[in-house]
Amino acid sequence: MPEGVALKEDAPAAERQSGASAIAVVGLWREYGERAALRDVSFELRTGKVLAVLGPNGAGKTTLLRILATLLRPTRGDVAVLGCSLPGDAWKLRGRIGFLGHDPLLYRDLTVEENLRFQARLHSLADGIRRTDELLDRVGLSRRRGDLVRDLSAGIVQRVAVCRTVLHEPDLLLLDEPRSNLDPEAAALVEPLIGAASGLTRVLVTHDVDRVLEEADSVLALRGDGSMAYSGRASGLSAGDARALYRGAVR
Amino acid sequence: MTAFRAVLAKDLRVELRTLQSIPAMALFAITTFVLFRYGLDRTTLTGSLAAGVLLATLLFAAILAINRLFAAEREEGGFDAMRLAPIDLTAVFAAKAMGLLVYFVILEGIALPIFGVFFLDDWAGLAPLAGVLVLADAGIALTGALVSALAAHSRARELVVPLVLLPLLVPLMVAAANAAEPLLVAGGPSFEGLGSWLAVLALYDMTFAAVGYAVFDFVLED
Repeated sequence: MPEGVALKEDAPAAERQSGASAIAVVGLWREYGERAALRDVSFELRTGKVLAVLGPNGAGKTTLLRILATLLRPTRGDVAVLGCSLPGDAWKLRGRIGFLGHDPLLYRDLTVEENLRFQARLHSLADGIRRTDELLDRVGLSRRRGDLVRDLSAGIVQRVAVCRTVLHEPDLLLLDEPRSNLDPEAAALVEPLIGAASGLTRVLVTHDVDRVLEEADSVLALRGDGSMAYSGRASGLSAGDARALYRGAVR
Repeated sequence: MTAFRAVLAKDLRVELRTLQSIPAMALFAITTFVLFRYGLDRTTLTGSLAAGVLLATLLFAAILAINRLFAAEREEGGFDAMRLAPIDLTAVFAAKAMGLLVYFVILEGIALPIFGVFFLDDWAGLAPLAGVLVLADAGIALTGALVSALAAHSRARELVVPLVLLPLLVPLMVAAANAAEPLLVAGGPSFEGLGSWLAVLALYDMTFAAVGYAVFDFVLED
C-alpha cells in the first residue's frame, strides 16, 4: 500500500480574509451520465493566490478546470468565479479568464500570427496587433510568426498557446500542465506570463509535485473517484504528503 | 460585428489555404452531371427534370461542405476558444452561414455553366435562375449551419447531418424546384408564378435565420 496522508482542515479564517474571493466552490458535483467525475468538492481561492490541483489520472482535475472556465456546467453545487455565479453569469465572466488546457485551441491551418490576431479580434482588443507582437517577442517566436501551426513542434505550439492564454490580459489563469512540452529555456520564457511573476490569481493542475510546494499557496487534492482528499494551505504539506496526494493515496 | 467578421475571415482564409470544401463540391457536382448525362441518355433537359437534376446535384454537393463546416472547431478546440471569448455566439452562426453561402455561390459559378453545356439548348433562363439559387442557397446555408453545429458533438455526425438536414430542406427544395422549373422550360424562361415561390423561399430563409438566432447559443453550450 502506498503511503497516505490524512485529510486536513481547510485554510484558517485569517488567510481567507486576506483578499477578495476569486473562486468559491461549495458542494460541486459533475456527472457524466451515471458516473460522477467530481463529488462534493468545496474550496475557496483568494485574489492573487495560487491553487494547485493534484490527483491521479481521472480524478476530475480537468473537469474542474473546465467548469471554472465556463466550458462545462456543474451538475450540482455553487460555483462563483470573479464574483460571477456559474453557469448563470458565464457570459459576464468570459473574457476575464485565461484558459490553457490540454488542447492549445489554435487552428492548425492558420499561422501563429493569424491565430493570435483571430483571438484578439474575438476579444475585441483595440491593440491586438501590438499585443500580439509583444507576446511573440517575449516568448521568442517573432521569427516564427508566419509559420503554420501544423508545422510547429509541440513545444513551440505550447508557447503560442501561452500567448493565446494571456493575450487579452485576463484576471484569472486556469492552467492545466502549462509547462508540458517545454524545455527549460522555453519554460523560463513563459514564466513571466503564467508564473509567479505574472502576479495573477492562478489555478494550476500539475504533475510536478515539487513545484506545487514552491509555487502554490493552497492545494486541492482529488481522489480517483472525484472526491476531495485535501483542501488547505500548501505550507502545511511536506513533500511526502504532496506526493501521496498526487497518487491519490489519502486515507 | 467584430466576431462575425473574424470568424468569416478565418474560415475563408482556411478554405483558400487548404481547398478542402469548394473543390470537393465542384468535383462532386461535375461528376454527378456526367452520371446524369449518360444515365438518362439525354443531351437536353428542360422544365421540371432540368430543375430536379440541377437542384438535387447542388444540394448533395452542399452537404459535403456542411459536414465539414465545424471540423476545425471540433478537432482543434475552436469551440472552446469561441466560448471563452466575450462574444455573442449568434455571430458565429451568422458567420458560418455566410461562409457556406459564399461556398455555394462559388460552386454555382462553376457548376451552372457546366450544367448549361451538358443539358441546355437555351441559356436564357440561367440569369434569373441564379437569383432563385441565391435564395435557396441562403436557406440551405442557414439550416446547414444550425444542423452542422448540432451534429458537431455527435460521433455519427456524417450520418446525422443528412438525416436531419434533408427533411428540414424539403419545403425549401419544393419551392426552389417550382421557381426554377418555368425558367428552364423549352423555348425560353417564363416568369409566371415565380413571385409566390420566391416569397416562399424568402419566408423559409427568414424562419431559419430566426430559429438559428434563437437557439444557436444553446447548441454550442455544454
